[in-house]
Amino acid sequence: MLSYLAHRAFNLAAALLAASLLVFVILSVLPGDPAEIMLGVGATPESLAALRAELGLNESAVIRYFDWIGGVLHGDFGQSMTYGVPVAELVLERLQVTVPLAIIAFLMAVAVALPFGVFAAVNRNRPGDYLVMGFSQLGLAVPNFWFGILLILIFAVQLHWFQAGGFAPWADGWGPALKSLLLPAVALALSEAAILSRVVRSATLDVYREDYVRTARAKGLSKPAVLFRHVLRNMLLPVVTIMGLQFAFLIAGAVVVENVFYLPGLGRLILQAIFQRDLVVVQNIILLLAGLVVLVNFIVDLAYALIDPRPHGEAHR
Amino acid sequence: MRSKRFGIALAAAQMVALAATAGFAATGGAFAKDSLTMGVGLEPPHLDPTAGAAAAIDEIVYANLFEGLTRIDRNGAVQPGLAESWTISDDRLTYTFTLRDGVTFHDGASFDSSDVKFSLDRARAETSTNAQKGLFEGIASVEAPDPKTVIVTLKQPEGNFLWNMGWGDAVMVDPASAESNNTNPVGTGPFKLARWTKGDSVMLTRRDDYWGKAPALKSVTFKFIPDASAQVAALLAGDVDAMPNMGAPETLAQFEADPRFEVVVGTTEGETLLVLNQRRDLFKDPKVRRAIAHAIDKQAIVDGAMFGFGTPIGSHFAPHNPAYLDLTGVAPYDPEKAKSLLAEAGHADGLKLVMKLPPPSYARRGGEIIAAQLRAVGIETELVNVEWGQWLSDVFKGDHDFDLTIVSHTEPLDIGIYARPDYYFGYHSDAFNAVMDEIRDTADEAKRTKLYQKAQTILAEDTANVFLFQLAKTGVRAAKLDGLWENAPIQANDVTGVHWRK
Repeated sequence: MLSYLAHRAFNLAAALLAASLLVFVILSVLPGDPAEIMLGVGATPESLAALRAELGLNESAVIRYFDWIGGVLHGDFGQSMTYGVPVAELVLERLQVTVPLAIIAFLMAVAVALPFGVFAAVNRNRPGDYLVMGFSQLGLAVPNFWFGILLILIFAVQLHWFQAGGFAPWADGWGPALKSLLLPAVALALSEAAILSRVVRSATLDVYREDYVRTARAKGLSKPAVLFRHVLRNMLLPVVTIMGLQFAFLIAGAVVVENVFYLPGLGRLILQAIFQRDLVVVQNIILLLAGLVVLVNFIVDLAYALIDPRPHGEAHR
Repeated sequence: MRSKRFGIALAAAQMVALAATAGFAATGGAFAKDSLTMGVGLEPPHLDPTAGAAAAIDEIVYANLFEGLTRIDRNGAVQPGLAESWTISDDRLTYTFTLRDGVTFHDGASFDSSDVKFSLDRARAETSTNAQKGLFEGIASVEAPDPKTVIVTLKQPEGNFLWNMGWGDAVMVDPASAESNNTNPVGTGPFKLARWTKGDSVMLTRRDDYWGKAPALKSVTFKFIPDASAQVAALLAGDVDAMPNMGAPETLAQFEADPRFEVVVGTTEGETLLVLNQRRDLFKDPKVRRAIAHAIDKQAIVDGAMFGFGTPIGSHFAPHNPAYLDLTGVAPYDPEKAKSLLAEAGHADGLKLVMKLPPPSYARRGGEIIAAQLRAVGIETELVNVEWGQWLSDVFKGDHDFDLTIVSHTEPLDIGIYARPDYYFGYHSDAFNAVMDEIRDTADEAKRTKLYQKAQTILAEDTANVFLFQLAKTGVRAAKLDGLWENAPIQANDVTGVHWRK
């Protein structure tokens, strides 16, 4: 187990290093000078030169890369070029929106998908199954930004239950903050729930076909007992894999929903930073997202170990 | 088991949310309205108007947080600001400003002539990162003989000096707080920063010790809503009271029909151009430039790309300016004429051009219409969408690698850009430059008007660019809200005169 963990940790570091290099190279070849964007069309060459020097844009790319990575290793992510504040501060602020949003959407999706997926599997090829799968098909087909707009029209414009968007900071209390995340979370959760319920259904059906389930039934165990004792636990393996992928996707997918609901999340920040060529911010956020994906995969691997207690070390060499 | 626990967590979250809803409903209409929530499309990167070009900064801070020696009013006229009066020497080189009494900064520091000297010297210093450094280039020296007097000496007479001092880039700052204005703006205006929730909103509150007339509003919140459909939803849901610049003109119709709202269409300083790169040999030929002008139906672009909002123009000047001359008749829409001019210039078998389009909808949509109109006279255009950053480095700066581009020039009274030798148009006219020099040396308003009209005529007859239309300011506001600017002579949302009608 220990060598397995060390192996995974090494992979994690290598993936992050590769990601950092890739991001940096891509941003370096992108046309657009941050100083020009900040000062606009009226800028004189002298003010441009002054700002470039201030932003450290005159250094060579190699030096800037090592400055960045060196800083990151010491926990210093640098200063945002446009906002003039530390990137870490900026990103932490935005994570307070995006991470809760993704978690709420994820919990919603799981809370809907697990019972309905199992229900569909148990009632395979009966009306209940068709109904659940029909809805899931619909959920897959509806794009989340469109669903978000629909939610706004119903709950904000017509019923006035919610604001059409925006975010009440956590500092003002949990209630308003959670409330401003609820509609976006529903919009984000819909397609995830649809995908997950299909995975749950087919995973459950697969397990039902296993010999040990037949044996359990043959020795007289009741249907619910078989379901809870044998099927659910075994069906979780593929489901957890998809869940891990989905969580990473939720963080990234929040970009679109954050725009519809004008939430000050990470997605909005990264869009704005790309347009402003705020390279320092873009670099660090992408590195962070890469880190999150790698981390989630790592947690999924650990979850496998819990669900399936057979030894792992050899298989993963 | 697991799903059940998640279900409970979710239900709890929903109950908290419902309780919060109830709380809001209870406090909703209880107090009289002396606050305003305004939607703006872009979040400013920071709040220091003296360091950065973002219009989003001025749209929040101008006249509300920061003030200059002069200020530009809703009609684009120069009014006294922190200088209550001034005298101009006979040779028009020396301006003596008398400052107002009792002006203080938000942090309590008093404002006097040493702050003026500091602010102007800082803006024109070598290390200055002021985006409009050109405004201060004509200043030879700034002196502060006593706390209430400032003497500014110019290198040469400058007709626009008082106007220039009214720009957002020329506001007065305090030496003690100047460097931290980007996150903690300290000005002399009637509002001060209460809170900036990054990515969401900026909230300003009224101060009690303002030197002038106190505004009617106690607080103003600017909410950042970039998405055009989210702007509509925010207005309809009552989250914002006004949206001074709607992102998409096609959304205005539904507000016109709604009695809760008023649609306000005003003018801006944005001359929208089809820029012809005159560094290209092809466009050095005035016949080709004129041919392209004849090929374009401006009204069709206003209707198709802007849903009818916008005024066709014939030169580089804003129609609301008193010196405006209607020159749309110089090169009217006439495809046959365009074809024959092209044939005369030796391009009878057509042309292939590259048009680079920045993100705004006037450019992207306008580009498609223009491409179709040019195709009708035998010119094929390849449309290339670029972001602002790329537009700045490829088109505006660097190699000027483009044939055509569409862009709105939003700086006020900026006809002088045609006299800049290294400007991206690549246009050059000795006659035009002479007129601009004359304007600089002329004080008499009537004469200046004549000269500005002469300058406009030269540009139109040269087809210095194809002048498409003046960008409109399309705003929506609550029907009971009074005092917002209808036009945008400068990019600002001056809320000092805004109040709610009973």
